[in-house]
Amino acid sequence: MTSQVSSTAEQADGAHVGEQRSFGDGGTDKEIRRLDRVIIRFAGDSGDGMQLTGDRFTSETASFGNDLSTLPNFPAEIRAPAGTLPGVSSFQLHFADHDILTPGDAPDVLVAMNPAALKANLADVPHGAEIIVNTDEFTKRPMAKVGYATSPLEDGSLEAYRVHPVPLTTLTVEALKDFGLSRKEAERSKNMFALGLLSWMYHRPTEGTEKFLAEKFAKKPDIAKANVAAFRAGWNFGETTEDFAVSYEVAPASKAFPTGTYRNISGNLALSYGLVAAGRQADLPVYLGSYPITPASDILHELSKHKNFGVRTFQAEDEIAGIGAALGAAFGGSLAVTTTSGPGVALKSETIGLAVSLELPLLIVDIQRGGPSTGLPTKTEQADLLQAMYGRNGEAPVPIVAPKTPADCFDAALDAARIALTYRTPVFLLSDGYLANGSEPWRIPEIDELPDLRVQFATGPNHQLADGTEVFWPYKRDEQTLARPWALPGTPGLEHRIGGIEKQDGTGNISYDPANHDFMVRTRQAKVAGIEVPGLEVDDPAGEDGAGADLLVLGWGSTYGPITAAVRRVRGAGQRIAQAHLRHLNPFPRNLGEVLARYDKVIVPEMNLGQLATLLRAEFLVDARSYTQVSGMPFKAEQLAEVFKEAIND
Amino acid sequence: MTETIPGPAAGPQALALVPKAEAKQSMKDFKSDQEVRWCPGCGDYAVLAAVQGFMPDLGLAKENIVFVSGIGCSSRFPYYMNTYGMHSIHGRAPSIATGLASSRRDLSVWVVTGDGDALSIGGNHLIHALRRNVNLKILLFNNRIYGLTKGQYSPTSEVGKITKSTPMGSLDAPFNPVSLALGAEASFVARTVDSDRKHLTSVLRAAADHPGTALVEIYQNCNIFNDGAFEVLKDKEKAEDAVIRLEHGQPIRFGVPAPDGLGSKGVVRDPATGDLRVIDVQEEGTDGILVHDAHSPSPTAAFALSRLADPDTLHHTPIGVLRDVGRPVYDTLMAEQLDAAVEQQGKGDLGALLAGNDAWTVVG
Repeated sequence: MTSQVSSTAEQADGAHVGEQRSFGDGGTDKEIRRLDRVIIRFAGDSGDGMQLTGDRFTSETASFGNDLSTLPNFPAEIRAPAGTLPGVSSFQLHFADHDILTPGDAPDVLVAMNPAALKANLADVPHGAEIIVNTDEFTKRPMAKVGYATSPLEDGSLEAYRVHPVPLTTLTVEALKDFGLSRKEAERSKNMFALGLLSWMYHRPTEGTEKFLAEKFAKKPDIAKANVAAFRAGWNFGETTEDFAVSYEVAPASKAFPTGTYRNISGNLALSYGLVAAGRQADLPVYLGSYPITPASDILHELSKHKNFGVRTFQAEDEIAGIGAALGAAFGGSLAVTTTSGPGVALKSETIGLAVSLELPLLIVDIQRGGPSTGLPTKTEQADLLQAMYGRNGEAPVPIVAPKTPADCFDAALDAARIALTYRTPVFLLSDGYLANGSEPWRIPEIDELPDLRVQFATGPNHQLADGTEVFWPYKRDEQTLARPWALPGTPGLEHRIGGIEKQDGTGNISYDPANHDFMVRTRQAKVAGIEVPGLEVDDPAGEDGAGADLLVLGWGSTYGPITAAVRRVRGAGQRIAQAHLRHLNPFPRNLGEVLARYDKVIVPEMNLGQLATLLRAEFLVDARSYTQVSGMPFKAEQLAEVFKEAIND
Repeated sequence: MTETIPGPAAGPQALALVPKAEAKQSMKDFKSDQEVRWCPGCGDYAVLAAVQGFMPDLGLAKENIVFVSGIGCSSRFPYYMNTYGMHSIHGRAPSIATGLASSRRDLSVWVVTGDGDALSIGGNHLIHALRRNVNLKILLFNNRIYGLTKGQYSPTSEVGKITKSTPMGSLDAPFNPVSLALGAEASFVARTVDSDRKHLTSVLRAAADHPGTALVEIYQNCNIFNDGAFEVLKDKEKAEDAVIRLEHGQPIRFGVPAPDGLGSKGVVRDPATGDLRVIDVQEEGTDGILVHDAHSPSPTAAFALSRLADPDTLHHTPIGVLRDVGRPVYDTLMAEQLDAAVEQQGKGDLGALLAGNDAWTVVG
């Protein structure tokens, strides 16, 4: 482990704080070093179980009380050809004794299960870092497959790293020889051996993993026992072998967390729970119409488990039918949701336009991925912002809400539901692949802290005609919100027809009148523009003395973690930088223009080619600078810190 | 064919959860205040009148009836019904209605669609609604032409049809909507004609009583762009040879009456090919004449009947209920799963769900 001691003022994502202490006086006692944070990356073949290994290490780490952030990274192919570079799957975990914001820029430890995993990840590993390699896989053919002419374990190319050669496969098979498993079956537990070894290295609690394995393989107790045995063998290997002379402690991040009960949660899980909670808080049944698509399918899977909450999930024949069914359910009084990713949004566009015209509540959850077209299904991107904003025929405004961290997906879902139900409108919830699969600790909210989302359905006539007749007008609006009444089928006397053809203001009858159309278009726009959203908060320590920072960084969505980590570094270096983050992209917070005007320099980092910057320039005539990346991977904190410093000095 | 022909598969349970009207209803109750804007002479008027006329027979609370349509001339239908209604977008009505029906079992949900809407742009939704057997009644107005876009050929137009978009004749082989529906596992498939009010009403009634998805193909005349498309089925003399009226439990006979009072033509199964063919009863006798069984578990005979019609001349077109069988209904199954989940896991406890199994506590 690299141990760069630095000032505690910079105790953030910036640097490690190391402290050495020798432990005990017995000859076999090993040295234990204390670290403030560690970044581990598990890498192997798609079939090696790296995601599971990472998940388990994460759970151990969460239950230990560290702050953490994760970055799963896997190919779109379920089983790419074994041992090849495209088939490499990895899981990076950053954990610390203080609050952290990102899965980390570069791993301190790389676990490489085969030559492909080493080759695909080595460029990200800084010199001096530790690499644990499964030597069993470094034979001629697997090495040749990825272009190693000579073994990197022997040719000196890894001299700059601290390499631990471990025959993981052999040791696993040896440990399981009494279990009566075939060699192939036994080999499959090598990921648990690796997990055991890393768990020893970092003093992770092990009960959770043993319990997990017992439950996962409840129907195959022999396999469960074998996996537990491999896991323990890995632990014991660390304990006994001389190659691993040092283990590390990362203390719980007790000061980083406010009082409360916590759990680890991924973005898609938090979002699913947010939808279930929104249904309960609105006292409406949740109806999900969806079609499987990466990386959104987990929400469909999760919600389908919660039928005992009255949640209906409908796996439709296509994306269009998914949103169609949701819209039909909305007409019937459900809290309607459709979940998808960018290509699915494209297919749903016409129905979103219909929902705009019908003015019914509907949540459109877009877990953005790399595009265009099929793009990079398992990688992250923020390039659907303009699609969400404008991707429909006609003037069809749709509010947009974007969560900023995995756990924040819960609150963002509730917020999106609030807007949809209050204003009777479709709402975009723009998450992305990074938030969806990444995880972090989440303070579990008390149920009575959750917002009240109950709605008032129409129950009787709302308009009096000139002759005194009481009638129901489906497009007579609430004066404050401009929302129209939600009258459910089954309500006597309120029978009405709605549709995608332009409607007469008030009556909702078909109208081709030019002035009426102009009025309705402007009214729908005004309704969305008038949605109440909290003002934008600016974090500007330099503003306290009146001077204000030299640069404002404005982000949205999942870039919050790396931007915030980078801002801390820049401040640590003594520079003046302000930060603000948008949750609401449509409408923008009322004070956004005023905030932008306060700063001479504004920089907008995005994982697209500058979509928010385009909106800001169009709306506020500000010279917002764009900093963009579309690699399918999140920004790194150090990378952004450099960009911000340059912008300040520019 | 089966020896005993069972009674209707459906029964009233299709509408069991839909509240009944408190007072007696009349046709007038189902007319909205909107002016009907179809072309004068359009077949849609007849269908609208038939639907408005038969609705009171169902005796349902009209606030629990919903008409959902797509795009096309016929899809204006919901505006003219004084029920709840949605005029949606092209081809998507079955999916929207699926969401509504599967979340609200207390509603009687009707889809109004056309040959372009249901079979072209919305073909996917139609077949999936049929296979799922959602509690929907789909009225497919088939005029074999695109009317609203002013006269292009449709997926049911005959090959070689000269239209604005096919000046040298259409190259597309048409769909037979009844065959398509049967192939899509439909539990109820019927065909009727706009001008035959009595037949139309009886078919609508059977569809309403059917639990699950019912598809009713209604041959509808577009007097502007495809006038007379079904004339052979309507003209008194020609119709005798062209139309095969199917009635459950009755031998399939049609044509000029034979001495026994039934039609002089009959439908028999060719033992060599298994296919159906039309015979002259006076020449070949009545032995082996097929008895229509709409409730047969197998759709084979219904499918064979649907293939008797000549797509160009419409000769030997069967009308009536071709298939009406009981099959688990999607919305019922969906509701049962929710109930079962509560039974197995208890009613959802949000606090417990959010807490999960691996929580830890931080004391400040």
